[in-house]
Amino acid sequence: MKTSPFVAQPMPLQTVMLKVVTALVPGILLAVWAFGIGVLVQIALAVAVALATEAACLKLRGYPVKPFLLDGSAVVTACLLALSIPPLGPWWLAVLGTAVAIGLAKHMYGGLGQNTFNPAMIGFAVLIVSFPAQMSRWAAPLALAQPDLGALAQIAYIFTGHLPLAFDAVASATPLDAVRTGLLQHLTLADIFKAPLFGVAQQWIAAGYLVGGLYLWQQKVIRWRLPLAFLGGLGLTALVFWLVDSEHYASPLFHLFSGGAMLGAFFIITDPVTAPTTPLGQLIFAALAGLLAYLIRTLGGYPDGVAFAVLILNIVGPFIDQYTQPAVFGRKKKGAKA
Amino acid sequence: MNERTFFPFHGGVHPPEHKNLSSGAPIQRAPLPSRLVVPLLQSIGNRARLLVNVGDKVLKGQCIGVPDGAISVGAHAPTSGVVTAIGPATLAHPSGLTEIAVTIVPDGEDRWIERQAFDWRNANIRAVRDYLRDMGVVGLGGAIFPSHLKITDKGKVHTLIVNGAECEPYITCDDRLMREQAAGILTGAGIVRELMGAERVLIGIEDNKPEAAAAMREAIKTCGFHAEVGVVPTLYPSGAAKQLIKLLTGIEIASGTRSTDHGVQCFNVATLLSIWRAMEFGEPALARAVTLTGHVERPGNYEVLIGTPIDELLPLAGVKPGADGYIYGGPMMGFELPALSVGLSKAGNCVIVRGGDVLPQRPIELPCIRCGNCADACPVELQPMDLYWFARSKRFDKSEDWELFDCIECGACAYVCPSNIRLVDYFRYSKSEIWAEERQNRAAHHARQRHEFRQFREEREKREKAERLAARAAEKHQAAVSSADPADAERAAKIKAAMERAAAKQADAVVEAAAPVAAEAQAALDPEKAERIRAAMEKRAAEKAALEGMSPEEKAAKEAEKQAKIQAAMERAAAKKAEKAAAEAIPEPAPKAEAPALDPEKAERIRVAMQKREEEKARLAAMSPAERAALDAEKAARIAAVKEKAAAMKAAQNENKTE
Amino acid sequence: MTEFIEAILIMAALALLLGGVLGFAAIKYKVDEDPLVDQIDEILPQTQCGQCGYPGCKPYATALAAGEAEINLCVPGGNEGVRKLADLLGKDFMPMGGEAAVEKPKSTAVIDENICIGCTLCLQACPVDAILGSAKHLHTVLQSECTGCELCVAPCPVDCISMQAIPETLTSWKWHYPVIPLKVKQAV
Repeated sequence: MKTSPFVAQPMPLQTVMLKVVTALVPGILLAVWAFGIGVLVQIALAVAVALATEAACLKLRGYPVKPFLLDGSAVVTACLLALSIPPLGPWWLAVLGTAVAIGLAKHMYGGLGQNTFNPAMIGFAVLIVSFPAQMSRWAAPLALAQPDLGALAQIAYIFTGHLPLAFDAVASATPLDAVRTGLLQHLTLADIFKAPLFGVAQQWIAAGYLVGGLYLWQQKVIRWRLPLAFLGGLGLTALVFWLVDSEHYASPLFHLFSGGAMLGAFFIITDPVTAPTTPLGQLIFAALAGLLAYLIRTLGGYPDGVAFAVLILNIVGPFIDQYTQPAVFGRKKKGAKA
Repeated sequence: MNERTFFPFHGGVHPPEHKNLSSGAPIQRAPLPSRLVVPLLQSIGNRARLLVNVGDKVLKGQCIGVPDGAISVGAHAPTSGVVTAIGPATLAHPSGLTEIAVTIVPDGEDRWIERQAFDWRNANIRAVRDYLRDMGVVGLGGAIFPSHLKITDKGKVHTLIVNGAECEPYITCDDRLMREQAAGILTGAGIVRELMGAERVLIGIEDNKPEAAAAMREAIKTCGFHAEVGVVPTLYPSGAAKQLIKLLTGIEIASGTRSTDHGVQCFNVATLLSIWRAMEFGEPALARAVTLTGHVERPGNYEVLIGTPIDELLPLAGVKPGADGYIYGGPMMGFELPALSVGLSKAGNCVIVRGGDVLPQRPIELPCIRCGNCADACPVELQPMDLYWFARSKRFDKSEDWELFDCIECGACAYVCPSNIRLVDYFRYSKSEIWAEERQNRAAHHARQRHEFRQFREEREKREKAERLAARAAEKHQAAVSSADPADAERAAKIKAAMERAAAKQADAVVEAAAPVAAEAQAALDPEKAERIRAAMEKRAAEKAALEGMSPEEKAAKEAEKQAKIQAAMERAAAKKAEKAAAEAIPEPAPKAEAPALDPEKAERIRVAMQKREEEKARLAAMSPAERAALDAEKAARIAAVKEKAAAMKAAQNENKTE
Repeated sequence: MTEFIEAILIMAALALLLGGVLGFAAIKYKVDEDPLVDQIDEILPQTQCGQCGYPGCKPYATALAAGEAEINLCVPGGNEGVRKLADLLGKDFMPMGGEAAVEKPKSTAVIDENICIGCTLCLQACPVDAILGSAKHLHTVLQSECTGCELCVAPCPVDCISMQAIPETLTSWKWHYPVIPLKVKQAV
């Protein structure tokens, strides 16, 4: 290295990715507690496929494989995708989703740092549009399922599709799903919430992600703007609708703790490659994503809109960046923050 | 109470300081080296104009180069000795290019020239500036900007900032200067303060230099004017002029504007010392404090003469084995020395020896993930990751829109990059490409103007020539009619006819000259002429080939032969020209004639005219001297008349033009 | 069926409305620009060398504007210049062919004063009048004005003009492009 600066003390890329995975651990643990070992199987599958796809793509493109494989970005993408799909989904769901996320959304666009869309969300979107049935087959939380599905049985189901009993016995909707279908059946929220489903699994897992996110913020891996703006956008929109009609629109707290809201706020929307870099830009980007997520959830065709909201905002990310460039030292208007 | 509030700037990083390595011991004077390689370029701007020759004996402080222009400073001999060489020497610059340097071998006596103080109090400000310029005083913080250009007229600046921040790791020379020469620094500050009429004097020192701050505070008590020490938090780059100004005064100065427009001026402590010594002792800037540190046995500070070769300086500190690089300047903004034989320049505040744990190599560069750490660290609040992407894709127009030229190249962004990207390299590359493009555009614009003028000039010449020929034709007609000699008249008529034909052709040519002249130059030359030229070139080529296989004597002989031939050819050409001139009875005006297309008809005419001239010459020879004299006089009178006419016409044309 | 027709009518109405807005904007807010020939001429390096086949930069610019010439003919402009022309004219980038594909260093003409016979042929050839001299007197090239077009080299009957590369100075020195292509075999 022949040019200045000759010293550096960055947080290396690998460390950043490692911290992100660490922050996911509370959420993962709670998911395992709630749904069983299926979650871990999905993660393992996804990580394996992600690394394999990444290595293959790098080789094909003529890049050195080792440094990129070891930087951990593929692992993070794999984990995020695995946590968005049903824990008892068939094995090929995770495999296909991860292959699409890494191969298509990341390497087709140029590799690390060059993707326009969030890779995990692309994988998720492809799966939910192509295989809506499999993607909505969530098992009931273990606390509610009768009978209990053992670990081995879960693994067997994931890989072979055979269950000792019919899946319908263990299937259940997610809370968001239940709210949607309930509302479509013209039930009031008060009635819907009476089901034992609520307050058991999803909310706890979301709380786990919140804890992980706060850890990331404290470690300065992410900054406060994106998560806060996203949750704010989602929460405020939900608040408005809820104040107007609390019988048919769920409370903001419910929305914040269900579905992919917490995961999205701290892990997905904070993906640095696809988010704007300017302070104001980040606020606008995340707030709009929160708003859009709420609208898709309530008025759109899918139970959870976080993925699509993020993808749509990814399109306008660079545009927002361009028009929210902050003033440079010495060129600020009089009276602006010095 | 000397503590004051400060106004933090955005960003900044905190690299490990490593200052204790070299800040413990006082500055030692470096012994005289075996030779001094003093560059004539000692500041930004023009190099000094050489005053001495090889073999001259010089005294310490003697001027060896005078400033050349406004942005230039004088160069002086750092010690007494003999000038042994003047020539290109590698400069202490990342390019490794050479600059003219004067090599002086010291005689060991270190004898000064006659020095005297400068009465700056009673001199006019321009004289003060010229004096500082001649004394070679430049900014010693690392930018080597001529200090005389920083002293503004009275009343413009109200706050003088003394920069003792020294924010880069490893460097401690300013720290030691403040501890040891606080009184001198403050005297220098006092001089500058009076010259500029500044009311406030603020001294900026980072909080990792408590002894220096204490020393400065002590010195303030006896300096005779009011000054304050502002201790700022240690953060890189708080020593950058604009950042320090913001820290101490809250004023943000945009790049491209001067701090003096906001009433603030900033001087480095070493520069102020230099100004004091120049004013009160008549000493030009000959030496500077340098920190030698890194992978060495005895890191410390030394007072080193300008021009000391770095390879003679390093043994003072004792380079440890395993050294693999030498950095000139600090680790954040310095560069690797292209060669160790370079002479110390006025910008050399530090030499860091790399090796072992000192400044190891950085890992491989990974792609940018737009994490934004660089934007958080940038003290100028730029978006380094955007500038990086623009530089990579060579989109320099967007780089300029994103204020690339505001970048102070401090390196804070590259310091924090998780992907280890050499960000500053991209910015330096973009800046030099943009400057090169601007130079190219200016050159192209200039060339276009010259080309257009050339086209205009050629058209104008054609026009003038046509008018001249027409006038001459009319003139000739008159002369022919009034001439007594029938042979003369016949000749005159023939010439007149020929010239009328030529004039007519000229008129046609003028109409055609609307087409670019270059077309003619490009158009195939008349075959006859082309043939002649080709023959000449072939001959030349053959000659050259023959020359290859010849001995020196043969070559010399051939050369002499060629010279003789050329001489003969020139004489022949001269003779031909004289005849031609006589045939036309008017000397050929401007030599830049257009390409003469010799067509057979004209050649024939010229041959006929030449023949006639031969006959006339013979006739003249047969004449008596008196008759010849009379004929000569008549001819002279005719020539004079036509010359007058031409002059009158030209004057008239000029008048028309100025209208 | 009615929905079908409704949909078509709505789309048609939208198209007309938007088209009208765009057309109005195109006319009312039209920006006055330099004529195309001048814009192209700004990009060309003004060497007036004729290597493009046209007698000067302005004629080439005129031909380009009329669409009669290819954009990759200007040798001194190099591939950079071709890119700029491609951007301006909306054409695809075409690399230069033949020997022009090799980038030559910028050079200027230098006259060997021992050989020069003062014939003024090179003076007449120089498109920017960068050669100083007169008949039978020594000629010399004004280095600061020479554009390196090489038009003077051919006419010289004694072959005394050579092209010499311009040396780098501190002001003309540039930092290199920091990207080094990776190779698969590179050790990590």
